[in-house]
Amino acid sequence: MLAGSRPGVGKAATSRRLAPLCSPSPGKSKEAEIKRINKELANIRSKFKGDKALDGYSKKKYVCKLLFIFLLGHDIDFGHMEAVNLLSSNRYTEKQIGYLFISVLVNSNSELIRLINNAIKNDLASRNPTFMGLALHCIANVGSREMAEAFAGEVPKILVAGDTMDSVKQSAALCLLRLYRTSPDLVPMGDWTSRVVHLLNDQHLGVVTAATSLITTLAQKNPEEFKTSVSLAVSRLSRIVTSASTDLQDYTYYFVPAPWLSVKLLRLLQCYPPPEDPAVRGRLTECLETILNKAQEPPKSKKVQHSNAKNAVLFEAISLIIHHDSEPNLLVRACNQLGQFLQHRETNLRYLALESMCTLASSEFSHEAVKTHIDTVINALKTERDVSVRQRAVDLLYAMCDRSNAQQIVAEMLSYLETADYSIREEIVLKVAILAEKYAVDYAWYVDTILNLIRIAGDYVSEEVWYRVIQIVINRDDVQGYAAKTVFEALQAPACHENLVKVGGYILGEFGNLIAGDPRSSPLVQFNLLHSKFHLCSVPTRALLLSTYIKFVNLFPEVKPTIQDVLRGDSQLRNADVELQQRAVEYLRLSTVASTDILATVLEEMPPFPERESSILAKLKKKKGPSTVTDLEDTKRERSVDVNGGPEPAPASASAAVGPSPAVPACCDGLGNNLLLFCSLMFVCKNNGVLFENQLLQIGLKSEFRQNLGRMFIFYGNKTSTQFLNFTPTPVPRCGLDSLTRTHLNLQTKPVDPTVDGGAQVQQVVNIECVSDFTEAPVLNIQFRYGGTFQNVSVQLPITLNKFFQPTEMSSQDFFQRWKQLSNPQQEVQNIFKAKHPMDTEITKAKIIGFGSALLEEVDPNPANFVGAGIIHTKTSQTGCLLRLEPNLQAQMYRLTLRTSKETVSQRLCELLSQQF
Amino acid sequence: MIQAILVFNNHGKPRLVRFYQHFPEEIQQQIVRETFHLVLKRDDNICNFLEGGSLIGGSDYKLIYRHYATLYFVFCVDSSESELGILDLIQVFVETLDKCFENVCELDLIFHMDKVHYILQEVVMGGMVLETNMNEIVAQIEAQNRLEKSEGGALG
Repeated sequence: MLAGSRPGVGKAATSRRLAPLCSPSPGKSKEAEIKRINKELANIRSKFKGDKALDGYSKKKYVCKLLFIFLLGHDIDFGHMEAVNLLSSNRYTEKQIGYLFISVLVNSNSELIRLINNAIKNDLASRNPTFMGLALHCIANVGSREMAEAFAGEVPKILVAGDTMDSVKQSAALCLLRLYRTSPDLVPMGDWTSRVVHLLNDQHLGVVTAATSLITTLAQKNPEEFKTSVSLAVSRLSRIVTSASTDLQDYTYYFVPAPWLSVKLLRLLQCYPPPEDPAVRGRLTECLETILNKAQEPPKSKKVQHSNAKNAVLFEAISLIIHHDSEPNLLVRACNQLGQFLQHRETNLRYLALESMCTLASSEFSHEAVKTHIDTVINALKTERDVSVRQRAVDLLYAMCDRSNAQQIVAEMLSYLETADYSIREEIVLKVAILAEKYAVDYAWYVDTILNLIRIAGDYVSEEVWYRVIQIVINRDDVQGYAAKTVFEALQAPACHENLVKVGGYILGEFGNLIAGDPRSSPLVQFNLLHSKFHLCSVPTRALLLSTYIKFVNLFPEVKPTIQDVLRGDSQLRNADVELQQRAVEYLRLSTVASTDILATVLEEMPPFPERESSILAKLKKKKGPSTVTDLEDTKRERSVDVNGGPEPAPASASAAVGPSPAVPACCDGLGNNLLLFCSLMFVCKNNGVLFENQLLQIGLKSEFRQNLGRMFIFYGNKTSTQFLNFTPTPVPRCGLDSLTRTHLNLQTKPVDPTVDGGAQVQQVVNIECVSDFTEAPVLNIQFRYGGTFQNVSVQLPITLNKFFQPTEMSSQDFFQRWKQLSNPQQEVQNIFKAKHPMDTEITKAKIIGFGSALLEEVDPNPANFVGAGIIHTKTSQTGCLLRLEPNLQAQMYRLTLRTSKETVSQRLCELLSQQF
Repeated sequence: MIQAILVFNNHGKPRLVRFYQHFPEEIQQQIVRETFHLVLKRDDNICNFLEGGSLIGGSDYKLIYRHYATLYFVFCVDSSESELGILDLIQVFVETLDKCFENVCELDLIFHMDKVHYILQEVVMGGMVLETNMNEIVAQIEAQNRLEKSEGGALG
């Protein structure tokens, strides 16, 4: 087949239709082809437009030609109408080519769709199974929303009607599946659902296969409704697995009984937890054991098709075992089976085994068993010829890594990096950096690893990675001296990567003093070493080095003249780059005018970085999508957070020891498993906007408040093309320490639909009641399944005390009278702070109004000041509040004073409002 | 779900292209070209799966392909399909073509493009696997042929 070299001539003679377009002799130029095609298109166009009505055969012939021209990559802008006309022909062959043209070329072109839908409607009603089949095919192939609107009601009826033929049933099931995929809202659930489940018992295995696909998709979204399919699927599977290979006749594929159906049934079962009914569960376990046993039997055929079919079932069975994650015995057997495949001569099996083992590595039952294969996997990394397989090996090493084998795995990955394919280098660099950090017991090892990383693959070391090493060194004083010594040594190499110069420059600038006692690394030696690299570096690196130099001036007064000379040089002071020039000028000036004390203050050691999620982990997730970054650690963290029952930050692991680089905005780093995000300040003064966004999910808010009540609409948008499953967002109020028993806020909401389709948005309404004043904003915990992994997102909901503010207008006299009444020291809270934003009067006014209080004009004798008044409503009390904001433009400072009858209210409002300016 | 089925020859000339998700014409051609370059540089006896190209789905999708003499058969699928299952499906499709055309070759795909589409439609419908039993598929095609014949000599 296909290999046969047969003269094409005889064949061509029997089908003249396309002959003019495809000469069997290659080598004709592109221009000649285009010319010929244009000529043919013109010919067809004239035939279609001609006076003479074309007969069905000619129409068919020309439509077929158009399809071929389209295949060759030429746009077809006519012929659609002729194709539609063919649909209403009574001749099967004409109808068929019409439908083909439409399925390949038409995409919801509104005018035509109406005509097409009409033709489809007629064919569906024709009771002619062949015509019905064509119509169903067309609906499934186009699958547009218009078609769903027209036929989503009709197709289920055809599917479950008693007199429908098997082949039509099969098409109807898949057609319905397609419509459900594109427009789930348009497919009405109803009586037919229970009858669809019973199709699992159908005589015709083709019908069962199609029905299983349909049920699998429906069950993901409506698990309850299709729950009965579990026992039916198990018994069907059991009958297939235990049957002799001859029982299923035509559905036996190279001695394997109904492999596709088995795969589909095993997929369906992966929509559910292990069956509760012990009998069903026992039967399923038996099936899985039989499948595992069969893998050990000698093959019934040497053909690759036999082993493919058999192993397709086996891998799916293993996926189900991993999904259930409940039978240690089966898990370990699965792991052993995959272990065998790791050494199989078929590359495909090695690939799939590595891939499945990745998921197996995250099960606590089998993590240890997976680890025993480390040598094989490392060997795969070294010897596999196929980059796809090596990539899977890297993924698996990453997944099986823990404290016990981290040093070995990191070393192997580093050595692989020297020869790795360019396409996967960056990813390996990130993985090495993450593992080195996560499992570092010894920070000297960590520093060595990262410097090695820069040495081996400097070009692939992104900013996040070298920022990170600096953050870690700054946050851990036990490693600083070692780091300084190591970078100093690394910089001795005649050619070193620019990233190393950056890290070296930064670390020596901060901690060079720790090694300055050694005459081999005296201040001057350090400076000369760095400066020898200076001219080879890019502008940003040179800028960084200039900062290092001024730090040296502070650290080592003895090199000050040398450095001043350098800064004074024409190549610095007159540098064409404005940033470099400015730094040179400013640093030179700073070094001359500032006293030692001032210099020491300005150039003080960097403060530790705040502790947040690793920015490199976020980067890896961003790069790879969530499914590939699911490692054991994630699952573990997920579990431990459940135990903690709430919004505490992830338990301290090595990775929690440091924060992301200042260059990465804190509120959007990565996918945020368990990442608690702090209430965006922007929501204090406004009620609508985007609360959270990552690669997968966007959360938008719209809220309204009146007195002590509020309502918040939360919109969850799925940004991917894949469904989210088990989507459960839960808003929970948090209690401050002062009141573990009392609730300050009542939140009421209904659960949302657990499935969110790709690109879809769901809405959740939260009704809010403020019982008493509070400081802690509630948290929104969101859990869902995406591509097989659990995602956890926690975000603070911006429900702050000021939301329950009602503005109060009052005269100047009233204001000052009340102001004086609230003169008790506990009632007043004052804050003096530096402006974080430009001090614009109009913006300030808008913020005060957005904050919820009334803005009282002409009350304060000083027109530059702002005063406001309002009442905070809670269920238990009403608290009058007065506020006064005094800007000082010259100092770029504000003084904010709040007076209310309740100390906690004054305190909280002052905190909230101070952050806004 | 199967996103696209691409068949092209060793020079990258498309011989059968079927998309189950709408892409504009020029993107379709780009996808064919990109896919061709991805599989072309791979040896014959390495693994049959690779991560999808940039145009069609990215890393959520896999390309599963087989190379027969002068033709590459590439299926672009999402994670809901079994890799080995699809590999076998390609084989079923090709074996069916072989039965219907009695020892199929590249020219059959060119000269009987409509027929090849009809055979494919019996195997894959709207991106979902319809039938995997070769006898059943061949029976359907034969029934079509009979219908065609009964409609008379108007055919070429």
